[in-house]
Amino acid sequence: MLSFIIRRIMLAVIILILATLLVFFAMRFLPGDPILMLVTANQQQEFNEEYLLELKHQHGLDKPILVQYFNWVGDIFRGDFGISILTERPVSDEIFRRLPISIHVAGLAFVIGHLIGIPAGVICAIRRGKWLDTVITTLANIGITVPNFWLGVILMYIFGLYLKWLPIMGYTSPFEDFWMSTKQLIMPVICLLIFPLAGVTRQARSSMLDVLHQDYIRTAWSKGLRERVIVIKHALKNGLIPIVTLAGMAVATIIGGGVIIETVFNIPGLGRLAVSSVISQDYPYVQAISLFVAVAVIFANLIVDVAYGWIDPRIRYG
Amino acid sequence: MSEKLAENIGSREIAPKVNEFKRFRRVFLSRGLVVFGMVVILIFIIIAIFAPVLSPYDPYLPDLKDRLSQPSPKHLLGTDSVGRDTLSRIIHGTRTSLMIGLIVVGVAAVIGMTLGMVAGYLGGWLHTIIMRSVDVLMTFPMILLALVIAAMLGEGIRNVIIALTVGLMPVYTRLMCGQVLALKENEYILAERAIGASNLRIMIRHLIPNALPTLIVVMTMMLGTTVLAEAGLSFLGIGIEPPTPAWGSMVNDGREYLLTHPILSFAPGLAIMLLVFAFNMVGDGLRDALDPRLRGLL
Repeated sequence: MLSFIIRRIMLAVIILILATLLVFFAMRFLPGDPILMLVTANQQQEFNEEYLLELKHQHGLDKPILVQYFNWVGDIFRGDFGISILTERPVSDEIFRRLPISIHVAGLAFVIGHLIGIPAGVICAIRRGKWLDTVITTLANIGITVPNFWLGVILMYIFGLYLKWLPIMGYTSPFEDFWMSTKQLIMPVICLLIFPLAGVTRQARSSMLDVLHQDYIRTAWSKGLRERVIVIKHALKNGLIPIVTLAGMAVATIIGGGVIIETVFNIPGLGRLAVSSVISQDYPYVQAISLFVAVAVIFANLIVDVAYGWIDPRIRYG
Repeated sequence: MSEKLAENIGSREIAPKVNEFKRFRRVFLSRGLVVFGMVVILIFIIIAIFAPVLSPYDPYLPDLKDRLSQPSPKHLLGTDSVGRDTLSRIIHGTRTSLMIGLIVVGVAAVIGMTLGMVAGYLGGWLHTIIMRSVDVLMTFPMILLALVIAAMLGEGIRNVIIALTVGLMPVYTRLMCGQVLALKENEYILAERAIGASNLRIMIRHLIPNALPTLIVVMTMMLGTTVLAEAGLSFLGIGIEPPTPAWGSMVNDGREYLLTHPILSFAPGLAIMLLVFAFNMVGDGLRDALDPRLRGLL
């Protein structure tokens, strides 16, 4: 198991290095000179060649591109993600201020989505063809269809504007005002979890249906085991691999959804910052956010791989 | 006597001839939702083709005297903040969504599958380079990748198509590579090689036809995903230029008048949902009819 985990970690590190290369070079080939944008933003400055060169020097943009890359990676290890081109403030300050907010929203969506989705799928599989199965399956089919931003707008209209039960937007730290924070989070979290929830329900249902037909399940029944033991210990553990795969993919889905949902509900997290800095071409922010996303997704994949090895020992030696 | 018996046994062992197409049609059309999905897609295609004939008004023409009117016989879904007819804009938005969806899925499939085939069949360093690139691209959520690429390239439908294609391609490459890796272990591939068939012939005559059912299913499913992603991008105001009717940007524009005119956001979103639902249902039906082994995986 240990050598399996070490192999997986090495692969993850390689992909992370490739991801930093992609992020760095993609940003450097962005059209639109960020330095020129900075100058036009500060109209009071005199617009001349010398000043431009000095600014380039300040931001380290006059060095060879490979040197720039290694400087950038070196700085990251020191927790320095560069300086915003527009606000001229350290990128890391803003990122680390927003990161907990995004993790709070996305984490809730991930946990609640799976806590509801897996049991819902299992219940569907056990009660196949009954009305509960039909209702849940139909809801799940709608859930993987509904555009999350549109759901956000509809919830906002019904619960925010019409019924006035929930605040329509914003974010409050739970340590400041827990009740307010929870009320503000209900709608965005629903929007974020709807797709993974529906997906994992469908997946749990179909992989449980597969497993429940196996011979060893019949054996378990004939041994006289209780239904709960059969479903959880014998069936669910064997049907877990595709569910875990989907859970790993849900991390990327929720992060992607966060980009849109944080914008819809005006939540000051990394997703909204990604959209605004892409539009304003403030590339140090885009670089830093992309990097955090890459780390999160690669880490999630690593956990999934290790979980595979734990669930199914055959995979460890594959 | 004994000869007859042998004949009987022999004939019984021949499997009854099943018409593949009939079997496909029976399984495919056996579920009501699949048929519903087919009908919805056909209607949307007709709407897209005949958009100028079907829409009651010019989707670009502002009518400042009649701005923000509620639904009425004159404007079935009301008008937006500059007096453009919502229904006409939704009808023309069908064109945008379907066109982008079909082009992106088609182009991404062709490029992605070719890369996947090369990686899976030829292996070696090509496999390493292609599949590691896929791994890297897949560490970024499709919407984020498309967001950055669309911003790099600037506005315009063409750039949205490029951005979404790059976002979608890795999915096909990974899938095709897996398919080919499994298929090339078959003995008929070895036999082909023994009689001196070229790699190209093996790929075109054997690998593509065998992988095709799975890929058709995935392509249908990806149509829904692509329509959703395109709507998400245009909702964020990235890519498609403002006067062009697009469902996502219509939902966003309507947000400002949500309290008084919820229909402006509701109606285009419903159109997105209906189209994506139809693609998913047809995808489900195709999966059951073409490649039931995929059940649970997709």
